[in-house]
Amino acid sequence: MSVSYPDLMCSDLTKDFDGFRAVDRVSFEVPQGSFFSILGPSGCGKTTLLRMIAGFQSPTSGDLRIKGKSMIGVPPNKRPVSMVFQHLALFPTMNIGDNVGFGLRQRGVAKSEIKSRVAKVLERVGLPDVSQRRIDQISGGQKQRVAIARCMVLEPDVLLLDEPLGALDLKLREHMKVELKSLQSAFNTTFVYITHDQSEALVMSDNIAVMNNGRFEQIGTPHDVYHAPSTAFVAGFVGDANVINARVSAVNGAMLILTSNAGTEMKIEAPANGLSVGQRAQVFLRPEAIELGAAADGVNVSSGEVASVLFNGANSSVTVQDQSGDLLKVALPQTGRFANLRKGDIVFTRWDPKQARCYPAPGA
Amino acid sequence: MTSDTSRLGFYLLLAPILLWLTVLIILPHIGLFIVSISEKVGPREYETGFANYAAFFNEPLYWRTFARTAIMSILATVLTLILGFPIAYYIAKLTRGRTKTTLFLMCMIPFWVSELVRTFGWMILLRETGVISNALQYLGLVNGPVEMLYNDTAIMVGLVYTSILFMVVPLVTTLDSLDDSLIEAGYDLGGTSTSIMREIVIPHAMPGIVSGCIVVFMLSLGNYLTPILLGGKDSLWFTGMIYTQFITRFNWELGSAFGFLLLALSSLVVFAGLKLSRQSLTETMGRT
Amino acid sequence: MKISLVSSVAIVAALTAQMAQAETLRLLTWGGYAPQEVIDMFEAQTGHTVEVTTSNNEEMIAKLRATNGGGFDLAQPSQDRIASAQEEFGIYKPIDMSRVNADLFIPSMLSATASNSTYEGEVYGLPHVWGTSGLVVNTAVAGNVTDYTDLCDASVAGQVSYRLKRPTLIGFAYSMGLDPFAAYDDAEAYQSILDEVEAMLTACKPNVKTYWDGGDEIKNLLRSGEVVASMAWDTGGWQLNADNPDITFVAPEAGALGWIDTFVMPARGRADDAAYDWINFVMQPEIAAMITNTAGNFTAAVDGDAGVNADLKARYQGSFDQAAIDNIKWYPPVPAGLEALEGATLDRINAAN
Repeated sequence: MSVSYPDLMCSDLTKDFDGFRAVDRVSFEVPQGSFFSILGPSGCGKTTLLRMIAGFQSPTSGDLRIKGKSMIGVPPNKRPVSMVFQHLALFPTMNIGDNVGFGLRQRGVAKSEIKSRVAKVLERVGLPDVSQRRIDQISGGQKQRVAIARCMVLEPDVLLLDEPLGALDLKLREHMKVELKSLQSAFNTTFVYITHDQSEALVMSDNIAVMNNGRFEQIGTPHDVYHAPSTAFVAGFVGDANVINARVSAVNGAMLILTSNAGTEMKIEAPANGLSVGQRAQVFLRPEAIELGAAADGVNVSSGEVASVLFNGANSSVTVQDQSGDLLKVALPQTGRFANLRKGDIVFTRWDPKQARCYPAPGA
Repeated sequence: MTSDTSRLGFYLLLAPILLWLTVLIILPHIGLFIVSISEKVGPREYETGFANYAAFFNEPLYWRTFARTAIMSILATVLTLILGFPIAYYIAKLTRGRTKTTLFLMCMIPFWVSELVRTFGWMILLRETGVISNALQYLGLVNGPVEMLYNDTAIMVGLVYTSILFMVVPLVTTLDSLDDSLIEAGYDLGGTSTSIMREIVIPHAMPGIVSGCIVVFMLSLGNYLTPILLGGKDSLWFTGMIYTQFITRFNWELGSAFGFLLLALSSLVVFAGLKLSRQSLTETMGRT
Repeated sequence: MKISLVSSVAIVAALTAQMAQAETLRLLTWGGYAPQEVIDMFEAQTGHTVEVTTSNNEEMIAKLRATNGGGFDLAQPSQDRIASAQEEFGIYKPIDMSRVNADLFIPSMLSATASNSTYEGEVYGLPHVWGTSGLVVNTAVAGNVTDYTDLCDASVAGQVSYRLKRPTLIGFAYSMGLDPFAAYDDAEAYQSILDEVEAMLTACKPNVKTYWDGGDEIKNLLRSGEVVASMAWDTGGWQLNADNPDITFVAPEAGALGWIDTFVMPARGRADDAAYDWINFVMQPEIAAMITNTAGNFTAAVDGDAGVNADLKARYQGSFDQAAIDNIKWYPPVPAGLEALEGATLDRINAAN
């Protein structure tokens, strides 16, 4: 009889350090073969969480199971997990073949078998015939692949990745995102990936957990996390957003009317979020959800003056200051329609009430 | 114009080191070599020849002392490494912040007093009426006073003590530069403490180990006070022999020849050590 | 005493008034031979300044050899180390007797030192301090040690110390009934004496706790009781006697070995005036007594023992009766090359197991 367990399961995992709680009752499951990202700002506890999974730190309370077996008290060298370190931690005193074969040597695998398994895994990561080279003779991207090969040769149940792309330049990082994802599906191994870079998480993950102050704010698909953030933190952290501080002036079923601190009135259609009249709230509005126009028709329309133009190729945007003084960042449509916009031009902005999110203001 | 001034600057910067090398290293060695190849034929009469070197090889006492000094120095180096490595590892890897500084400082405190004082300290501890002997008697572990001074073990204790700092410092430096994540990666990949030590930590620390060993070996080989004072009547040490030739025998010629042989020996052992550990001198000295 | 001191001050002041100008005297001497009090008085009277470097026989010669007799203006090696060193290295210059107040010296010692330190017709040395080496024994435990060879007796096994230096060879030779000084000029005869002594000292090695090197070391060993019988200088024995009445200097039956430390002029010394001033100053009876009180040894100054403290005199008389004084073996000048033979013997003893 075989009961299928998730590859990794944490329940109420907590880690306390002197006087502060780094990880606070975190629970989640990662199904077999999926790519799970933990996204959060630095200091949010994600590294501590990862190190607990790897076994370098033991939880204060809670349970951690891999394939249904509790890992509490199991030392790192006895856990069926492998980790790709932030700076990869390739052994500089060994050549690539010895690096990849390190884990197999520890298990006492026969020399000839080590050799063939190392060759096979290096081929799978697209680096055949490099095993005699030294670490400093290969490029950054190749090192990434060697680090992954070094873990994958041990066929771990879960592969942990600690921001391994952080040290790469932008171009290579973009490339490696795609490559990591394809490696993951090729090996069909469960990846747990921690990062502070939302685009890495969004591109690669099957599921993302957004972490803040030791807690998971939201677990969901990239689409959910981006488009339906469940907390103000997620809305602000994932993707770009205009944040407008406002006060609820009327509630009409799912339709809210809010007045910004500067006095602009906004209509928002939001699922029940418990806001009542008079309450202070934060409105999150993505730059690409705002349309620029020449005429004043529809809801949430206001006219404003272009305060600055930020040219960044496909991601170009402008900031528009409306009459009450609120600044809005607006993505320029890629059709080139507003390519000639200059500072000081008068434009109209418009957005759909369904596109905005609003949450109670912190401390309200 | 600019190149002229910059070249002048280069030579001005070079001058002190050249001066130092020539005046303090090269010239004295040339002088020593010239003395070592003069044979005394009568009062104030000398001839050029290699009789002094021949005297060394013909007199078993000389080359036996020479070999004994070399072997004991190598042994002292190995012992210092075995003792120093855990200390250095503890300081570099298992402590942080202030504890680390304190421990490092504690290693250095004995070196704030002169070698003579430190050696006398050991004599106070080890002698028959000394601290250890009295403590053992007090505890009832021995019946009478124990003499722990004036033997090869005492020499070894003194040599290791005198040179351990020079092993610990380069080791701490290299071990400090070992990224903790490499050790963690070792554990993560299934390594045991032993295999990680052997395959990751020691290979990484090799330049530190080799440079520490070179320094400790040289210090032990060239040590004079410790073997003479702690070794007592059995303290045959080559530097003591050189001193005797120069000072009490007035035989500078033989003393110079001995000096050159010691130089050759230390160079040879260091060379052999580098070959065995597959390290290069530039790498070893450059990294630490 | 005070009055005579003042009067002598006046004499010296009058003498030195003619001297051209103040110089710096670089003095290479033994510990205790130039007490600070004496230096202060000398500087006050003559205007010269004194820089003292303390050393021993071998190092004095080595230092002067390294500089061809430069770096110091006055040195104080033992009288047996002057003629041979002069022959080998030429590091001294002759004494100008016209500038020395010979009346201050005990005549017999002055002439003995002069004859011992003569090289090619020139005199190189003046006597200053003399003393002996013999046995320093803890008489309560090792009263049976009365001669050098008694150090090898089973009753004191493991509690004996001596230096591995030439005085040990010579002392043992006398104790064994040989006469090494007589064989000084006959290398072969001397070698056969050395061979006998070598056998004796090699056999004696298990008895030895350690070979001592410095005066403080042997004093510590005796004071702590780790060593009960040793071959050492008389002064060391007398100093220990002050602390522990059981320990004292014993003149060996075969004879104590007598040495005289001298004044010599290094070949390239610059402050000859100051050097002669110093010699004439310290040989005055009062100053000589001050030096005896610090160094522990008597001087060649006429009436130099008058001002010596009574304890030291008592200890001296306790160790030496007239027969023992007559039996002192005074070191004759060491012929060049002899030390090479002794060195080889000492090396072999050191290496023996």
